[in-house]
Amino acid sequence: MRRETIHAYLLLLPALVLLVAFTHWPAIETLIDSLYATPRGAHPAPFVGLANYTDLRDDPVFWQALRNNAIYAAATIPVSIVLALLMALAVNGALPGRSALRLAYFLPTMLPMIAVANIWMFFYTPDYGLFDQILGWFGGGRHNWLGDTSTALPAMIAVAVWKEAGFFMIFYLAALQTMPMDLREAAALEGSSRLNYFRRVTLPLLMPTTLFVLVNAVINAFRVIDHIIVMTRGGPDNATTLLLYYIYETGFRFWDTATAATLTVVLLTILALSAWLQFGVLGRRIHYR
Amino acid sequence: MIRRRTLLTTTAGMLAAPAILRAQTVQKLTFYYPIAVGGPLQAIIDGYCKGFQQETGIAVEPVYSGAYSETLIKALAAIKSGAGPQFSVLWASEIHSLVDQDILVSLDEIGLDADAKTWLGGFFPAFMANSHADGKTWSVPFQRSVAVFYYNKDAFRDAGLDPDNFPTTWSSLGAAAEKLTQRDASGRVTRWGIKIAGDLGNAQWTFGALANQAEQVLMNEAGTEVYFNKPRTIEAMEFWQSLSKQHHATPDGVSNWPQLSPDFLEGNTAIIQFTTGGLTNFLAKAKFPFGVAGLAGKNSPHTVVGGANMYFFKSASPAERAASLRFARWISQPERAADWSSHTGYISTSPAAYETQTMKNYIAKVPAAGLGRTFLPVATGELSVHENQRVYAVLTDNMQACLGGTKTPAKAMEDAQSETDRILKPYKRA
Repeated sequence: MRRETIHAYLLLLPALVLLVAFTHWPAIETLIDSLYATPRGAHPAPFVGLANYTDLRDDPVFWQALRNNAIYAAATIPVSIVLALLMALAVNGALPGRSALRLAYFLPTMLPMIAVANIWMFFYTPDYGLFDQILGWFGGGRHNWLGDTSTALPAMIAVAVWKEAGFFMIFYLAALQTMPMDLREAAALEGSSRLNYFRRVTLPLLMPTTLFVLVNAVINAFRVIDHIIVMTRGGPDNATTLLLYYIYETGFRFWDTATAATLTVVLLTILALSAWLQFGVLGRRIHYR
Repeated sequence: MIRRRTLLTTTAGMLAAPAILRAQTVQKLTFYYPIAVGGPLQAIIDGYCKGFQQETGIAVEPVYSGAYSETLIKALAAIKSGAGPQFSVLWASEIHSLVDQDILVSLDEIGLDADAKTWLGGFFPAFMANSHADGKTWSVPFQRSVAVFYYNKDAFRDAGLDPDNFPTTWSSLGAAAEKLTQRDASGRVTRWGIKIAGDLGNAQWTFGALANQAEQVLMNEAGTEVYFNKPRTIEAMEFWQSLSKQHHATPDGVSNWPQLSPDFLEGNTAIIQFTTGGLTNFLAKAKFPFGVAGLAGKNSPHTVVGGANMYFFKSASPAERAASLRFARWISQPERAADWSSHTGYISTSPAAYETQTMKNYIAKVPAAGLGRTFLPVATGELSVHENQRVYAVLTDNMQACLGGTKTPAKAMEDAQSETDRILKPYKRA
C-alpha cells in the first residue's frame, strides 16, 4: 500500500513539478508581491500591507473593468454556448453540404485572434466598413462602432462570440455523434415528441459536455483580450477595458507592478471561485454515463 | 607577506585581463528598433549597420521589435531581466519615465568632448526639447516628425475652396471643414471634412498640438506639473469638440489613428492631422492630388513635434556605451540624416542635413518634403512627464469622455488635472 503511494507520487511528479514551477509558485509570489509597493530603480520595495488593496478599492477604472468584464462574461458565455448547440444540432443531421457547413462554422476558431480582430476592424469601419455598407442599403446611418462608448463593448462581445461558438460546436457535435440511436427509437415507440425528446434525453446527456464548455467559456471570458489590444486598447474612455487588459496595462505600460500583482490576485480569486462553483456545485448535479 | 600580496594582485590582474580587454574592444552592439512605424525600413537600417561595421569593425545588430509601445515594453522587460540591448530607439517623450526607471546612462556620463558638444548643438532645438532632464542630456534625436495636415485638393475644389490657400486659424478651418463635409440626399455623410486621432497613444499628441495652438504649454520642463485645467487648454478641447458638435465636420466620438490614412486615401475624409512620417506612403498610394499644410491655430499656426530618439542603457559596459554613442553620431551625420529623411519622410534632425546635395535633390523632387522643417519654429515638445504612459491614459480617457459627450470640456480637463496631480504628487516633493 505504502509502496503504491510512493509509486503514485513518483508518477505524478513530472506534472507536479511543472505545475508548481509555472502555476502555483508564481501565484504565491504574486500574492506576496501584492503586499509590497512597486520597486523604484535599484531600491528594494517596501512592505505596505493591504495598502495596494485599499488603493484598488478607490480606483474607478478597476471597478469599471470589473463591471465591463461581468457584462462581457454574462453575454459571451450563454450566447456562444447556445449558438454552439444550435449549430451542432444543425450540422448533426443528414443534409447536403454538411461537411462544408461544419467547416464554415469551425473556420473562425482556426484563425488566430489577431487576424480575427483585424478582419472585424474592417467590418466595424465607419461609413465604408461592411456593417455600415449593409445598413446603408436599408437607409441606416453611420455608426462609429468602436469609437462610441455605448457600442464598443457590444462590438467586442460579438467578436468573441463569433470566434468561440464554432469551437464549442465541435464538442457538442462529438457528443451528439456518440449518442446511441436506440434511445431515439425507444422514445419514438413511446410516442415522445421531438421537443420532449430533446428536453428529456438529449439535453441531460449533453450536460457533461456543457460543463466542459462552460468551464472553457468562463476562462476565455477572462483570458482572451487580443482583440481588445488590436481594436480598442480599452477605449473609448475605458468602455472596453477588461480585467486582464487592465492588468497588462498597469504592469507593462505603467510599470506599476505592485498594482498589477494586486489585480492579478483579484482575477485569480474570481477564477478560483467560479471553478469551485462549477465543479463543486454544478458538477455534482451532472449525470455521467 | 609582501610577496604573497604581490602574487595575489598579479594573479587578480591576469584573471581580470580578458574582461578588461573585452570591454575595451567592442565587437558587437545590439539595439531595438521599432520597425512597424514608418513603412518598410528594414533594408535601410540594415544598410546603415553594415556601413558602420565596414568603417569601425563594430557589428551593430538591430532587433526589430514591433511598433513604439511594443519596443518600449520589450526593451524595459529585457533590461529588467538583466539582458537586453545596449541602446534603443524609443519615444522621445518617454524621457522622464525612463530616467525614473534608473536604466539610462546620460550622454554626459558616457563622456562628451568639445567636439561631441558641437555635434549635439547642431540638432534642431525643437527636437532636443525632449532630451533634457535633471540638467543632463539623455537622448539623441533620430526619427523625428511634426504633426501636419494632409488635404485632398480635389475635395477643396469641389467645395469651392482654394486648394493653394489652406486655412490658418481655427475659425477658418472649422468653416472650411464644414464646407468640405458632403452629404447625400438622405443626409448620410459621404465625405467628412476633417479627422484627428483620439485613440490611446495618439490622443495626447493630437492634443499637444491643439493646446499649443491656443498658446498653452501642457507641462513644466521637469515633468512634475501639468496644466490641463488652464482656460486655454479647455479652449483647445472645446475647439476639438466643436468640430463634431457645431461644425458636424467630423464624426461624433473617437477617430482612431490607424483609420486615418485609409480614410484619407479612400476619399472618405478631406483633411487629416497626421505625421510628416506618413508622406512617403501617401505619395505612393494617393489617387488624387493632395497637399501638405501646417496645422492651423487659434490665431496663427502652431504644431507639435513627435517621433523617437536613441537612448543608451546603463547596463552596457563603458566601452559599449561609448561605441553606442559613436554609432549615434555616425548615423546622424548630415549626409546620412539626409539619406534617412529622403527614404522615410522623417524630418532631418539637423539644419546641416538640409544643406546637403542629397536633401536638396530630394526636396526638388518632392517639394512637400521640405515643408516639415518650416513648421519647427512654431512647434512645441510632446507632452512628457513622470509616469508618462499613465498620465497619457488619464488624459485620453477624459478627452474620449468629452468627445463621446459624457463630459463637458471643462469637466474633462478638470478631472484629468486632479487625477494627474495625484499621480505626480510623489515627484513634486523630490
